[in-house]
Amino acid sequence: MSLLDVQNLSVTLHTPHGDLPAVADVSLSVGAEETLGIVGESGSGKTMLARSIMGLLPRARASASGSVKLKGVEMVGARASDLRRLWATEVAMIFQDPMTALNPVMRVGRQIDETLRVRLGLSRSAARARAIELLEMVGIPSPEKRYAAYPGQLSGGMRQRVVIAMALAASPSLILADEPTTGLDVTIQAQILNLLDELQARLHTSMILITHDLGVVATRTSHLAVMYAGRIVETGTTRDVFARHRMPYTRALLESSPRVSNPAHTRLTAIPGRPPNLLRLGEGCAFAPRCGFASERCHRERPELSVPDESSHAFACFNPLEVGR
Amino acid sequence: MLRYVRRRLAMLLGIVFVISVGSFYLIHLLPGDPAAVILGTGDTPANRALLYRQLGLNRPLVDQYFIWLGHILHGNFGISFISQTSVWSTIRAALPIDLELIVLSQILAFAIAIPLAMRSARKPDGILDRILGAGSFTLLSIPPFIVIVLLVLIVSIKLGVSNTGPSSYVSLGSDWVVNLESLSLPALTLAIGSFVIYYRVLRSDLIATLQEEFITVARSKGLTRRRIMWIHAFRPSSVALLGTAGVNIGGLLASGFVVEYLLAIPGLGYTLIAAINNSDYLLVQGIVLVVSVGVVVINFLFDFVVNLVDPRISRE
Amino acid sequence: MSEMTRPATETETTEFTTPPSRSLGWLFWVCVGWLGLNVLGAIFASVLPLPDPLYQNYMAINASPSLHHLLGTDDLGRDIFSRIVFGSRVSIAVGVGSMIIGFGIGAPLGMLAAYRRGRLDAILTTAMYVFLAFPAIVAVIAVLSFWTPRALAKIILVIGLASVPLVYRVIRTATMAVATKDYVVAAKVQGATDRRILVRELLPNIAPVGISFLLVGIATVVTLEGALAFLGLSVNPPTPSWGNMINESRTVMSQNPWLVLFPSLAMCLFLLCLNFIGDRLRSHFDVTEVKL
Repeated sequence: MSLLDVQNLSVTLHTPHGDLPAVADVSLSVGAEETLGIVGESGSGKTMLARSIMGLLPRARASASGSVKLKGVEMVGARASDLRRLWATEVAMIFQDPMTALNPVMRVGRQIDETLRVRLGLSRSAARARAIELLEMVGIPSPEKRYAAYPGQLSGGMRQRVVIAMALAASPSLILADEPTTGLDVTIQAQILNLLDELQARLHTSMILITHDLGVVATRTSHLAVMYAGRIVETGTTRDVFARHRMPYTRALLESSPRVSNPAHTRLTAIPGRPPNLLRLGEGCAFAPRCGFASERCHRERPELSVPDESSHAFACFNPLEVGR
Repeated sequence: MLRYVRRRLAMLLGIVFVISVGSFYLIHLLPGDPAAVILGTGDTPANRALLYRQLGLNRPLVDQYFIWLGHILHGNFGISFISQTSVWSTIRAALPIDLELIVLSQILAFAIAIPLAMRSARKPDGILDRILGAGSFTLLSIPPFIVIVLLVLIVSIKLGVSNTGPSSYVSLGSDWVVNLESLSLPALTLAIGSFVIYYRVLRSDLIATLQEEFITVARSKGLTRRRIMWIHAFRPSSVALLGTAGVNIGGLLASGFVVEYLLAIPGLGYTLIAAINNSDYLLVQGIVLVVSVGVVVINFLFDFVVNLVDPRISRE
Repeated sequence: MSEMTRPATETETTEFTTPPSRSLGWLFWVCVGWLGLNVLGAIFASVLPLPDPLYQNYMAINASPSLHHLLGTDDLGRDIFSRIVFGSRVSIAVGVGSMIIGFGIGAPLGMLAAYRRGRLDAILTTAMYVFLAFPAIVAVIAVLSFWTPRALAKIILVIGLASVPLVYRVIRTATMAVATKDYVVAAKVQGATDRRILVRELLPNIAPVGISFLLVGIATVVTLEGALAFLGLSVNPPTPSWGNMINESRTVMSQNPWLVLFPSLAMCLFLLCLNFIGDRLRSHFDVTEVKL
């Protein structure tokens, strides 16, 4: 049994302009100590998917169907108090933007040891000691001093380390890392990602790593899911998806991000057009309007995610690319 | 932080200086002979001679200011030529009543505004929020002098509740129960005016705060809603509330004047109006000076508290 | 999922969640109509078929509302309805007059300071903030108490001057928000004159803030004048004003509550309409809340 098992998860957001299918029919699973990468352009529903898996979307504005099972416990439709018991201790989230994810008027140490005291029932001094330990673990120099700092006194990279420490505080089995390096400088991005790698190996947790950057997931994940317009359009082992991608969108993504394996001065191609407005999705494949391989059928009918052979490599395309291109 | 406080303190001194010049100069802005205005009905040759000696009225204006300031700094506000009593002792007798009134009303206002704003912000545009929104908006448009008149009309005249009508004030020292009874309607009037403002300010800030990412982060830690509201949302939302409260105290004094006047409560407001009607210039000047400086100092203190609440401010 | 309701902060969906533009609503126009009626009544009070507000009819003292006296009479037999209509003149004159002074001085200074910045801005802003810290209400009372005899023009002048720093602050803040926008910078780069930028680019953009603040400002001044009248510091009786009507009636409150209720109601409705229109305009133009 996998640690996390998502079956046919769909989430509809209720907006003033109408209902919006933010996540549509997503199934995925993450095993123990595994890392799953989820990639897609901004607007493809990655963040929505992460929040749906957590169950963080406000009930009045979003309705979910399908199933999310964490260690066999159903999370879709669970009571708020039951979800609270899972959060932090079983599943935790590392948020995108370290500038907004920390409470500006609360000392960072308190924001970390809050989880320990409220959820794990540690005493004040034990929580403090553990929080300082966590700060040290995420590579913050002089953690005793930083413990009493306000977020405004720390740099962006430092703050993201605090956000990571917060997520790790109650040793969750699964971490959802939602674009954990988006707001940071390139040099710091690599540091943070390596830190995540290292911590994951040390703490034996599973992780879902969400990013728009294929370069980030290439070496860090075992499996990969490519998202477009709220759906998974291609998924398989990371090696398969990189080497034998079948979906034109995946290729477009690959061609739009720089890769070390490419010869120098390889031209990067931007994907033409914009991600679709989810309020006005047509009948056919959501990528068809931007796809160079689209046939008439693609505009009429939506391809289902399917596995054509014995492997676990699935894709949703009527006109798949030849393998090895 | 220290630098911030020092800068604010310098500004405070500047403002107090301007207030003192303003209070002193007030008399010379007005048409007519200052001595005649100050002496009012006590304009006898003997008094006039005394006044000229006291204030140095035949010296240049700048000298007069410093003579006057010297007296004030020694706590000598002069002796009223109308009532023949020391201005400072009159003020000192009246001041505690205003302070009591303000403290009572603010406790009441915060005690109502904070829980209601919390409830409203949890479901913006919900039924409770809409009712409170419309209600607070209506109350906002009812001036305090109408509120107090209506309260007196209903509570003390129609319902006949004792010790709430005009002239029922008893000092705190002699009978604290009657004292509270007699101050209940005034305190309620001031509280209503403050509540409306505090509720609206806190509600809109809370709604904005609850949309912040760090609230979602707090939820993802599995904290209870109560803890999120009180520990994570309340403090960052209370900055504007405190700032508003500080400024509001100034307005509160004016409302206080009105309620004291109507119910004959011998606070500063009542004393001030009586002094104006008696043309007791020195007393008016003293009250204006004390009240203005008091308001500025209260503002300063609130500024300081805001800083303790939100560390972002002093860093800017 | 949690039962907490809050708008999503999801960046990816913000383009879908902008609220649809709101119409002003029928209540807005009811308020406009009521204010219009008040203003017309104040202007044409002397040509309307109203009884003399000062005429004391000893045959009808403390009369209840009737066809003859729409809202009854006071303890001196004066017609309450007529006194309310004539009394609105004082409130409206003080409200509008002092705001004309306040905006006339405060608004150009605020715009200029925000546009030019530099030394001019620093000096003006410091001075205005010092005055802002001064409790204006106390200052107004202090001046009016000894500047006798009290007259409408003096009251308007004193309140108007006292409102200058507030107007300055609001207009300066609003202008600062606009002055850094691309189209203003573009106009500057293209060599438009300062006067042209101030009048053609900045003024139209700060007008919504200005107008809604103007309405709230008038409401505040009307309240202040009412309080002064209530304390006996506004126009001298027997000239009717809403504030001194309420003041005079408090001694006979138990015998004739109408005397308190009618002018109070007139004043509250007037203020409510002003505040409502100001508030609606502000949310209509989607400008941030300016606190008085």
